[in-house]
Amino acid sequence: MNYTDPAPVSAENYDDDTVRGFVFFTMFWGAVGMLAGLWAALELAFWQCNLESPYLTFGRLRPLHTNAVIFAFSGNAIFASVYYSVQRLCRTRTASDLLSKVHLWGWQLIIVLDAVCLLSGFTDGKEYAEPVFIVDQLITLIWVVFGVNFFWTLARRREKHLYVAIWFYIATIITIAVLHLVNNLSIPVTLFKSYIVWSGVQDALIQWWYGHNAVGFLLTTPFLGMMYYYLPKAAEKPVYSYRLSIIHFWSLIFIYIWAGPHHLLYTALPDWAQTLGMCFSLMLLAPSWGGMLNGLLTLKGAYERVRTDPILKFFVVALTFYGMSTFEGPMLSIRSVSALGHYTDWIVGHVHGGALGWVGFTVFAVFYWLVPRLYGTRLYSTKLATIHFWTGTIGIVLYMVSMWVTGVTQGLMWRAFSQDGSLTYSFIETTKILFPYYLVRALGGALYLAGLLMMVYNLVQTARSGRATNPPVPAESVRPSRLEQV
Amino acid sequence: MKKDHRWLESQGVLMSVLVTVLVLVGGLVEIVPLYYVRSSVPPIEGVKPYTPLELEGRDIYVREGCYNCHSQMVRPFRDETERYGPYSKAGEFVYDHPFQFGSKRTGPDLHRVGAKYPDSWHYYHMLDPRQIVPGSVMPKYSWLHQNKLDTSLTKKKMQVLRKLGVPYTPEEIEGAQAAMQAQAGGIYDRLREQKVENVQSDREIIALIAYLQRLGGDIHWREAQQP
Repeated sequence: MNYTDPAPVSAENYDDDTVRGFVFFTMFWGAVGMLAGLWAALELAFWQCNLESPYLTFGRLRPLHTNAVIFAFSGNAIFASVYYSVQRLCRTRTASDLLSKVHLWGWQLIIVLDAVCLLSGFTDGKEYAEPVFIVDQLITLIWVVFGVNFFWTLARRREKHLYVAIWFYIATIITIAVLHLVNNLSIPVTLFKSYIVWSGVQDALIQWWYGHNAVGFLLTTPFLGMMYYYLPKAAEKPVYSYRLSIIHFWSLIFIYIWAGPHHLLYTALPDWAQTLGMCFSLMLLAPSWGGMLNGLLTLKGAYERVRTDPILKFFVVALTFYGMSTFEGPMLSIRSVSALGHYTDWIVGHVHGGALGWVGFTVFAVFYWLVPRLYGTRLYSTKLATIHFWTGTIGIVLYMVSMWVTGVTQGLMWRAFSQDGSLTYSFIETTKILFPYYLVRALGGALYLAGLLMMVYNLVQTARSGRATNPPVPAESVRPSRLEQV
Repeated sequence: MKKDHRWLESQGVLMSVLVTVLVLVGGLVEIVPLYYVRSSVPPIEGVKPYTPLELEGRDIYVREGCYNCHSQMVRPFRDETERYGPYSKAGEFVYDHPFQFGSKRTGPDLHRVGAKYPDSWHYYHMLDPRQIVPGSVMPKYSWLHQNKLDTSLTKKKMQVLRKLGVPYTPEEIEGAQAAMQAQAGGIYDRLREQKVENVQSDREIIALIAYLQRLGGDIHWREAQQP
């Protein structure tokens, strides 16, 4: 039931040019961001990779990597997916072409500016909130542009009912705005240097309230929205349980916000806040798995197709990693587990399970489905997409397993005591032993990046075989009732 | 429930308001008490704002992204207090804008590194970490020894921090340049005493050493441990 249906058409067309723009930049920044990550990983194995250049030390490259994959790769992917699906779900063209253009190009400007600043040493020094004062203001501005364009489109909608994907988009737009504003509240010294108004422990709590919910509302809720729109499309099945989607939506957004302090267990943060964070993190398992099960069970009856369709393969593995990360997260939030895992590479492995597995694979699934439709053609090579799937999966497994081993090794060596009551290992001994695992991790990352490059080639060839179109908006509802009512 | 929710799903505005309220609850409950419950951050006597030179050194620490590999938060475990020193207390960080607890230890924790090594240790270590710690994966930071410390913004930085509640007096802000020169001169003299060649007192490395040597020392624990 896509736009080629011979339904009567209204006077306007969908704006898919904006979607194609965001798709292009997702792929471009994805390659840049993952290359930066791979390079940073190699720097930990071979210090010579720092090249004795102030611009490429691990301390500057790692923020570039995280900013690029979170805000540039994931950000653009979210915008592409939202602009495409919201128009269809609301059966209307995006409200303002001007705002769409400002959003598309403004966001790319922010990314370029941020990258230059980070490599030059201009940073706010807070994880995932490194962009400096002027970039923070631009982010606020463009986010408002996005929000206005989005809600204006909702206001113009021809479908009364808001589909579940849209609920998740609403939560994303509102919550990210709140988090960004509060965590970056600062007084500027210059446009590129400012001091945050919060200090010490308060700053730490606000930072991790932000940091954890950047994961929750930039890397989870929009992707659940994408899952709810694109997975039923790709599987040609209705969402498994409507009731479950209601329950897990409201409980997820309510509980997520509380979990931030699990990043600060056993620190100087007051105990009551730590305990709250730990309890809510444990509770978070339920709504997270609600979403995962709703996704996986949507494939009920389509399991046969998972064997042949790379899009469904990507979705299945993405949801599986979502389930695994949202199990591992609550476990790591238990004080005694955090005592071992905190400060080690276990955490790095954990976040990459979610990032590479859930976020990355969801983007891949959505784009393999979306790009042929944006160009009115078929995917250039299903075989290459399948190879991408296996290359990426093996890459993630190598990454995660090596980081588990690294993390547990570090954690245990740091706390080891000899019989005479002295520490068994000096710190440097616990560093040197990690070399082989760091190599395996870099290999895993390289495979994942190789997979992405295969995808870029595949999608470029797909686009070249078709023609960019902006299909007309159907005049009557073409929404299959099965998507809504189960 | 299903029917009521069905109605709600057509009410975009109401839905957005509900979402906003729900996501605000958790943050407010956790964050607001930290500002009003005095016992949350017990004040510690002796904790003082950074000197102008230490402040510049701290900004270099932030600039180079040291927090990506080093934490500044010793947890209350025997192995950590044995390795680093007394565990970190909330009251020690009240002048830290931004906080630099860190989340990863590729290198060791630095909260109690102040006065652990002589100034020359840091000087050489930043020049070539492997000269001091064979097997280290830390990058060389040789540009810190070449770059002149930019002090053109120091006063303005202190004024901004004063607005945020850091108790710099107007006299301290006015005398920032002189205070920096005096402290840098002291570090220069110590480095010369420790036989370091080609030192210049106006380089970035001097400010960074000032900051690192200050870390975690406000509670005077090293003095207390001396017999």
